[in-house]
Amino acid sequence: MKKIEIIIRPFKLEEVKDALTRAGVTGMTVTEVKGFGRQRGHKEVYRGAEYQVDFVAKAKIDVVVDDDRVREIVEAASKAAATGEVGDGKIFVSPVDETMRIRTGESGPEAL
Amino acid sequence: MNAADTGFILICAALVMFMTPGLALFYGGMVRAKNVLGTLMQSFILIGVVSVVWAVLGYSLSFGTDIGGFIGGLDFVGLSGVGMGVENSPADNLSHLTFMIFQCMFAVITPALITGAFAERMRFPAFLAFSVAWLLVVYAPMCHWVWGGGWMGEMGALDFAGGAVVHMSSGAAALAACLVIGPRKGFRKEPHMPHNLPMTLLGGGILWFGWFGFNAGSALAADGLAASAFVATHLAASAGALGWIAVEWKHAGKPTTLGAVSGAVAGLVAITPAAGFVTPMPAIVIGLFAGGICYGGVLLKTKLGYDDSLDVVGIHGIGGTWGALATGLFASIGAEGLFHGNPEQLWIQFVSVVATWVYCFAASFILLKLADAFFGLRVNDEDEVRGVDVAEHSEAGYQI
Repeated sequence: MKKIEIIIRPFKLEEVKDALTRAGVTGMTVTEVKGFGRQRGHKEVYRGAEYQVDFVAKAKIDVVVDDDRVREIVEAASKAAATGEVGDGKIFVSPVDETMRIRTGESGPEAL
Repeated sequence: MNAADTGFILICAALVMFMTPGLALFYGGMVRAKNVLGTLMQSFILIGVVSVVWAVLGYSLSFGTDIGGFIGGLDFVGLSGVGMGVENSPADNLSHLTFMIFQCMFAVITPALITGAFAERMRFPAFLAFSVAWLLVVYAPMCHWVWGGGWMGEMGALDFAGGAVVHMSSGAAALAACLVIGPRKGFRKEPHMPHNLPMTLLGGGILWFGWFGFNAGSALAADGLAASAFVATHLAASAGALGWIAVEWKHAGKPTTLGAVSGAVAGLVAITPAAGFVTPMPAIVIGLFAGGICYGGVLLKTKLGYDDSLDVVGIHGIGGTWGALATGLFASIGAEGLFHGNPEQLWIQFVSVVATWVYCFAASFILLKLADAFFGLRVNDEDEVRGVDVAEHSEAGYQI
């Protein structure tokens, strides 16, 4: 199993959710986060004085999927989240050792 | 006594009173959240403090019998001789009390304007002591010079509603305050961003509204001159907002709401000395230029390195100076300026500008040093980081 963290522009959340659902993802966790990449954040100007605001609002989606679904889901997410402009986000994939559904006690892929 | 004039001026006095809580919101939105109450308080409490000091002593020093062109005598101390009739009243159409309370509201807002310079770092006891002393030592003489029979009015300086008395005086005091108290912690290293610009916009709107009482009321009668001053005031504020955002759009790339409201206030400041002396089109020109000039004025602090927290020097000092000189250029109602064949007036205005800046800066500087010696001007480092709301008032503006 793999965990896929998808960090996107907040306004893309609905599109990415729909794309993931179509790709067969049955559950996801969404968090409002802030961060910046190489380009940093944005500039604010008050009476001619400029302030650099580094942290930009982003949405983070966490999903856990079977290993053989990873490529398809990453592609669906990146296609739905892309605008082509700086700040579209990042996707990280990492291994997951254990999963458990709390209600039934099922574990492994059955619990997804 | 004229009932219509009295009614009009009492309403104008109420309008001018409303400017001070408006100023509190205007300033309050521009500071960080941890200093919002301290900033609101510095304007609000002056309504109480100055009104009492004005009634007891300030009014007499401003409008009492002239002593050497410099100060008024003590004949009206405790408002003795200031009654419901017109006896001793500087305006024979108004009851003396009506004139006194209208002037009181001007006295209230002027020291409140200065608070923008030392926002976010001044101790409350020192602020109170400085404000009372400043009212008696700086404001009262200035008021006397211009309107109370003092030398500046005798010289022929034109100041319809307080360009020198209110705006240049507070601007010069603000510059002294920035230099004496020093910059906020982290000035030019960390952002000191406004925490609530909608509050600032609302406060600016209230200022604009109240300014009609300030300028139209300075006609001291419900007449055509009041209407003329009202129109000039409104057009200058409108043009000021446009002038500011035009320059800002070109210079910084986008028109901002803080720029629009700052430009409107700049236009209001600049038209104040000219309000009753100019026709509508020159009022628009004065406002347009005020927006651009004051935008440059606020950039000065970054260039010169003083921390005028909320740009009192840039807007009131520089805007008031432009307005005073512009009065000498454009005056055509009841007096003639340079463009109407009287270059002498511009010279008189220039002399009044220099005298106002020199006297108000020097006297304010000394008063601030004295306030520092007796009370300590500045909160300590830990309190400055915590914010003056908790440190000075044991309150927080927001519980989120």
